[in-house]
Amino acid sequence: MKDDFLNRTFRHWSMWPCLAFLLVLSVYPVLQLVPMALSTIKITGEGTFWTYSPRRNLDLLLGDAVLRDAVVNTLVFVVLSVAIEMVLGFFAALFIACMPRGRNFARTVMILPILLPAVAIGSMWKLMFNYDFGLFNQMVGVIGLDPINWLGDTRWALLSVVIVDVWHWTPFVFLILFASIETLPQDVLEAGRVDGATAWQMISLIILPLLGPALAVAALFRAIVAFKAFDQVYLLTSGGPGTSTELLSLHLNRVFFEQNQLGYGAMLSLTIIAVIVATLAVGKWSASQIERKRMGQ
Amino acid sequence: MIPLHGRAAWIGYGVVALAILFIVGPTAWIFLNSIKYQIAIYSGAWVFEPTLDNYIDVLFSRRSDLVHNLWNSFVVAGLSTVAVLVVGSLGAYGVHRWFRSRLFAKLLMGWVLIFHMIPVITLVGPWYLFFQSLGLYNTLLALVLTHITINLPMTMWIMLTYFNEVPTELREAATIDGCGDFTTFRRIILPLVGPGLVSSGILSFVFSWNEFAIALNLTARDTATVPVAIARFAQQFEIQHAQMAASSMIAIVPALLLMVFGQRFIVRGLTTGAVK
Repeated sequence: MKDDFLNRTFRHWSMWPCLAFLLVLSVYPVLQLVPMALSTIKITGEGTFWTYSPRRNLDLLLGDAVLRDAVVNTLVFVVLSVAIEMVLGFFAALFIACMPRGRNFARTVMILPILLPAVAIGSMWKLMFNYDFGLFNQMVGVIGLDPINWLGDTRWALLSVVIVDVWHWTPFVFLILFASIETLPQDVLEAGRVDGATAWQMISLIILPLLGPALAVAALFRAIVAFKAFDQVYLLTSGGPGTSTELLSLHLNRVFFEQNQLGYGAMLSLTIIAVIVATLAVGKWSASQIERKRMGQ
Repeated sequence: MIPLHGRAAWIGYGVVALAILFIVGPTAWIFLNSIKYQIAIYSGAWVFEPTLDNYIDVLFSRRSDLVHNLWNSFVVAGLSTVAVLVVGSLGAYGVHRWFRSRLFAKLLMGWVLIFHMIPVITLVGPWYLFFQSLGLYNTLLALVLTHITINLPMTMWIMLTYFNEVPTELREAATIDGCGDFTTFRRIILPLVGPGLVSSGILSFVFSWNEFAIALNLTARDTATVPVAIARFAQQFEIQHAQMAASSMIAIVPALLLMVFGQRFIVRGLTTGAVK
């Protein structure tokens, strides 16, 4: 038989390609960050020169004034955009699930922003936010207020970036919550209605508790992606004005490729990865603690 | 869910219509701007004479390389999608079939999760040095390889879910009938997880087409992809609003087509794992 050799060996090689990619292009680069973080790297026409200088990179890390702004901005950005998206996404899912007709059409339209290139979204909203002719200032003008410098004013820039993220990712929250609302047990909802629950009671006492796991998953997924946000913000403000929209990813990109500090950039990357791994470990540990408590009862 | 009736239904329709307007409005407004002359954009006009000049300019003028960028994006997204489907489904099948409860699989999937959570920029620095030392900097191959890697976690998760749904009896029946491991995978399992392959294929293509952070730093002028080209319109000394709008509209065409023809698979892929 032709496949005989493949058949006999399949269990041994089926993982190889995937292991090769993960080892060479994800594990190795992360390990590579360690020697990079201990060095100063100069790239010239003749080649790449490494100098051992751990203290310098550590001093840069501790003395990085922009880094503090970047951490604060990232936290504000993640919390604010995920919170708004969860609320809007939940109500969109609820209303669309309650529609007698047109649910499929609504869902098709809603997935549009998820699929668009973030760079295109950034450039679209850059036009929308334009001070002189953008749609937002046209609307503000209709109400009779003074035009707002959405992307150029330190008070508004981060909020504008959040608005774009809400447009981009509310549909994702909607999709996950919509899928689980559709599978809610009908008899429980029916029982609630027969017992005369008001709409608000239906939502807060029946639907929200049943959606608990889906809400947690949606929030978690969103927090992960929001934490990594880069593309749109790079297009919209590039971190400005000043440092008012400088997110961690943007700061890292600047250190790596605009200031050409590959060594310090690696130090910063390792710090970020360490924080992520620690967060994961704590999250996993507390989840298992909660589980154990529940089992003990 | 309980469908609304009477007046409540009309209020519901109103809310849903607003939501759809919120989603479609910006895209439609940008489309309108992409068919305006520059002067009409700057005056914020709502009544204007439509023109295709902006599209002709970004596609065919000397200053722009968009046709070339589109080709690059297409090659990178296509190749990396095919490769990630092969690599990802083989790997997920290995985990599913032989390593399910072993420490090795736990470590592997744990690493995949961590890798997915790390901002990609943290790895672009080492990738830059790595590809430079191999002489692959500023090649489409480097972009293809990195895109395979970043799409691998999602593909493996989706395919694992689908493999777990295939009844074990089918595989056992095939083995009893004399099918070897690879033949079983090829002839029995793969056809059954077809929808999973379509879901992860569509999403991998879209994410590779949209990817910006890596392409920005690993490519130069002749290997730039569409997102990099759009960013260039937005970052030049004088922002080219008309060109930005037109090139953005061109860049979203694949997404629009896939949304219309593949929405069932996209929804399934995006919600896999989350619903259970």
